[in-house]
Amino acid sequence: MDPIRQIRSRTAVLPFTNIDTDQIIPARFLRTTTREGLGKQLFADWRYLPDGSPKPDFALNQPAAVGCQVLVAGRNLGCGSSREHAPWALLDHGFRAVISSEIADIFRNNSLKNGLVPVVVDESTADWLLKNPGVEVTIDLDSTQLRLPDGRAVQFPIEPFARYCLLNGVDELGYLVSQQPVISAYERTHA
Amino acid sequence: MKTMLQKIWERHEVVPETADTPAVLYVDLHLVHEVTSPQAFSVLREQGMKVRRPDLTLATMDHSTPTRTEQVFGGAPIAIASAAQQIAQLEKNCAEFGVELLNLRSELRGIVHIIGPELGLSQPGKTVVCGDSHTSTHGAFGALAFGIGTTEVGHVLATQCLLQRRPKTFAINVSNRLAAGVSAKDLILAIIGEIGVSGGTGHVLEYRGEAVRALTMEERMTVCNMSIEAGARAGMIAPDDTTFDYLQSRPRAPKGTEWQRRVAEWRALPSDAGARFDREVTLDGERIEPMITYGTHPGMVTPISGHIPATRGDAVFDKALAYMGFQAGEPIRNQPINVVFIGSCTNGRLEDLRAAASLLRGQHIARGVQMLVVPGSQQIKKAAEAEGLDTIFRDAGAEWRESGCSMCIGMNGDNVASGQYSVSTSNRNFEGRQGPGARTLLASPLTAAASAIRGRVTDPRELLNG
Repeated sequence: MDPIRQIRSRTAVLPFTNIDTDQIIPARFLRTTTREGLGKQLFADWRYLPDGSPKPDFALNQPAAVGCQVLVAGRNLGCGSSREHAPWALLDHGFRAVISSEIADIFRNNSLKNGLVPVVVDESTADWLLKNPGVEVTIDLDSTQLRLPDGRAVQFPIEPFARYCLLNGVDELGYLVSQQPVISAYERTHA
Repeated sequence: MKTMLQKIWERHEVVPETADTPAVLYVDLHLVHEVTSPQAFSVLREQGMKVRRPDLTLATMDHSTPTRTEQVFGGAPIAIASAAQQIAQLEKNCAEFGVELLNLRSELRGIVHIIGPELGLSQPGKTVVCGDSHTSTHGAFGALAFGIGTTEVGHVLATQCLLQRRPKTFAINVSNRLAAGVSAKDLILAIIGEIGVSGGTGHVLEYRGEAVRALTMEERMTVCNMSIEAGARAGMIAPDDTTFDYLQSRPRAPKGTEWQRRVAEWRALPSDAGARFDREVTLDGERIEPMITYGTHPGMVTPISGHIPATRGDAVFDKALAYMGFQAGEPIRNQPINVVFIGSCTNGRLEDLRAAASLLRGQHIARGVQMLVVPGSQQIKKAAEAEGLDTIFRDAGAEWRESGCSMCIGMNGDNVASGQYSVSTSNRNFEGRQGPGARTLLASPLTAAASAIRGRVTDPRELLNG
């Protein structure tokens, strides 16, 4: 994974609460054995008409959404299934961070493991972002701040170890593997 | 004074958490299926790693598998090529890494959350994980059981451990007993309605109180199964004699003196009297009615005698009702339906099939309704057939299939057509969950069966009372 310090981008906005992972990527696209190429199917049922052409009114199909690396969504983003295909699809499409006033536990974990930065902000910041699509924001992992165009800097919580891994491009698996002697000792005493 | 979560957590901390690092948490049972594991096995292969504890790992196939007998046992190829490929990949991965696999033709195969308990592998005090959010099911035994993503599946395969922060605790107290015609499914839907679809985020729910104690193991599994639909990390119920009676005769449960020793340990697991929970809520079990969802998440739920709420100028609510084709303020009862599905890790166990059969015996489903009954495992299928339940379902006009996730998740060929209404005993009514455009109403097996007979949303108590 490449180290991530700062993400600066215009936002794309989906102003819906409880966007579940079945919307992010419908189950019929999970019949894959690799993690590549899922961006085409991101939000498939919201994004395409039954004939496969883009739905003209869907936010991510607007010219303004092209190239946006930050997705802003309503409360409880990523609820439902544990499918890691959801962050894989968002990343493959070009998103590097998601912002919401609440992010579901498993989706947040899966995002952190893949370098999709989950940013949880207070309701009023989230409301402002939801009402102002396309603004340029900066997500700074060093200071754990989200900077808005009006100069406001909003602090966001992030698990310190996950932040360390993101900043340094470290894979958590390597850390766990380095714990093998302790794991073996545990296994001897907890048979 | 400790909660059950705290006791299980402390016992599994290989390295305790600090301000800077999460705990290294040991996993006692890792269940694996075909959809969320292939990329994890690929990582092990790329890095030249082995599965650390194949003896604590069990794989099966359920999500993308067909339920038509000829596709499972031969005579016809698996209709979906990508599903066949995923199934073949799991066989290859399990053979290469030495993981036990209950494959497509195994008589022990079934939905991953049904077979763990059925085999006696899901036990009190264990940590259980699987690349599936409904892993919370196993918490019914007093285990800490939660869903993980594919990267974490790889972590567990390689190290038998996960990096985790200890979740908060949330006591769900349910007083009194459930009334006749009200099931465990109605109870959990009522709980989700009460605390909301993200009410449990960051927490482990512990279901407590008289109504919970009175539940059978199968009912407790239904309740814990849907903990994730309240956003919770896991759900759990303290083990008791009901738990031990269920487990004792299971093939992979401890035996002899080991059994005695374990039961003594398990009796010390329940939360201590006076243990503090981070949050608490109390419901009166006696007042819960049969419940049914009307919207596009499980928190959009109402007593079956109730009404779809009036609109409040909320665009998301209006969008959900537009998807469902319902009007704000109208009763949910008597809404016409097209499909009924009985099955899934929520309600695909023998007691669920018996409940549905009790209403369908000697009856026929309404004209124009399609009904699918899919046992949760091959063992349940066999047991149901020994009781003649399959005949009751077939005589009533339903289809009887091989086990699998089936219509709970539109990825194996069992779909609800666009625009159709499905009363389903599964766990998610998200847009498109049962197929693009499908409209799902979550309910209990009794409500599903009653609705199949009438061809419209029906309170099962109308049929139970003659």
